Amino acid sequence: MPALMESVAIADWFREAANWVFLLIALPTVFGAWRTVSSNNIVRAVLYLVVALAGTAAMFLILGAAFIGLTVVLVYIGAVIILFLIGIMITRAPLGVEAKLSHGREARLSAALLSFILFAVIMWAVADAFGMSKIQPFEPTATADIANLLFDRFLIPFEVVSLVLLAALIGGIVLARRDDIGRDEPGGEG
Amino acid sequence: MNAWLELGITLVVILVVVLVSALVTIYVELKAGSHMQARIGPYYAGGRWGWAQPLADGAKFLQKEDLAPAKADGPVYRLAPYVVMMSAIGMFAVIPAGPDLVGVDLDLGVYFVLAISALATLGVLMAGWSSANKYSLIGGLRAAAQLIAYEIPLILAVVAVVIQAETMSLNGIVEAQMATLFTLGGMDIALPFILTGQIVGFGIFLVAAVAELSRIPFDMPIAESELTMGYLTEYSGIRFTMFFLGEYASIVGFSAVAATLFLGGYGAPFLPESLANIAGPFVLLAKVAVLVFVIIWIRFTWPRLREDQLQSLAWRWLIPIALVNVGVVATFKVVF
Repeated sequence: MPALMESVAIADWFREAANWVFLLIALPTVFGAWRTVSSNNIVRAVLYLVVALAGTAAMFLILGAAFIGLTVVLVYIGAVIILFLIGIMITRAPLGVEAKLSHGREARLSAALLSFILFAVIMWAVADAFGMSKIQPFEPTATADIANLLFDRFLIPFEVVSLVLLAALIGGIVLARRDDIGRDEPGGEG
Repeated sequence: MNAWLELGITLVVILVVVLVSALVTIYVELKAGSHMQARIGPYYAGGRWGWAQPLADGAKFLQKEDLAPAKADGPVYRLAPYVVMMSAIGMFAVIPAGPDLVGVDLDLGVYFVLAISALATLGVLMAGWSSANKYSLIGGLRAAAQLIAYEIPLILAVVAVVIQAETMSLNGIVEAQMATLFTLGGMDIALPFILTGQIVGFGIFLVAAVAELSRIPFDMPIAESELTMGYLTEYSGIRFTMFFLGEYASIVGFSAVAATLFLGGYGAPFLPESLANIAGPFVLLAKVAVLVFVIIWIRFTWPRLREDQLQSLAWRWLIPIALVNVGVVATFKVVF
């Protein structure tokens, strides 16, 4: 740590425009992530998650990984969040602002513990991989390179991941489908 | 040129293009729709042909009170139109009107368009939920189910184009359609993708785009006869205007994307390259005008689909056809 402090004085850090852009993206991301877990209203929590995900996408953009950034927008904000919202609205969200979430003590503690462990693991991995070395200026990642990796070296993992989705799909159908249509029970298990 | 100045000019040009094209589209819909139904339509505003009707409507909306229901979730309710509007305007940033006339020439242009147009769904759901109104909620849910269903054939139709053009850059896709295909009697012949194997993809894209726009025959989310106005029910004044303008800007946006992907974009046969930057916008505009007219024509021709018909059209017809289309295009690409 001391070496880092000497080499990068705080004043110098703020002199770089790129760092301001970083702050402009990172602070809303952290705020969104914090409000996602602290918000009392489940739909608002999901919308704060959108802020956090948008920040993540922007972070990928300034790292030169435009494809990943846009994928976060298309897949996570454009599809996963929408499915969250549909699920919440179809099932239980009261309209307007009335919805309240319970934050039990055990839930808070275990969530905090889990987050801390995750944070520690990521920090350890980053420090282990990069140490004190400063990241060199780099070229933006070409999408063609990602495609070549995905469809060449990582083809089998890529295909196996899609099998996971298929399994989830079949599981969903099995859970949702009721074969006892003949019995004519309105309301079902509700 | 100063980067900030360039950015400012680009933004102003895009905003003007979006607003003007949306107003013109509204006028065309009023007039063309009227004539299709054997009536005259707006007549008095502006002195002649009722040309100022969209402006008069806009002024009327602007002076209405901007209301929010007492039980609505205020911030979300107020933010929703901005999300929809942003998604509509964002599309225009990457559509090239000439080799150099493009807001940002992204390598991932098509992908950006798909990502940013997906955000409109979020705005619609926000509007539907935060209005604290059952009609709004049902409308929002229908909209979300529909937009998600039709996003898949839309993306698959684009995938086939990307495979054929070997690039996701919109400029690159236009150039791929301007490349010489064969020489006939000393003339270099280049054909747009719609004539070189993408006609099925074009059909799928157009149907899916009309559904993404929630226009008749896919307007279940705002079905007036059963849901008053769906997720728009509670909106009034300037926020309703934003939804309204956003919808018409999206019509132009999707038409421009379709023109770029399938009809050759700003390129025209026998257009010398030196003129591409000057004539390009007009060529693109002509193609967009045709597509916008077709979308309006569809609205006044077909009745509304039922919800189950709408879903089965997407999942049981469009998606399988689009998948086969991708397979066929990819096979041709590899074999030839």
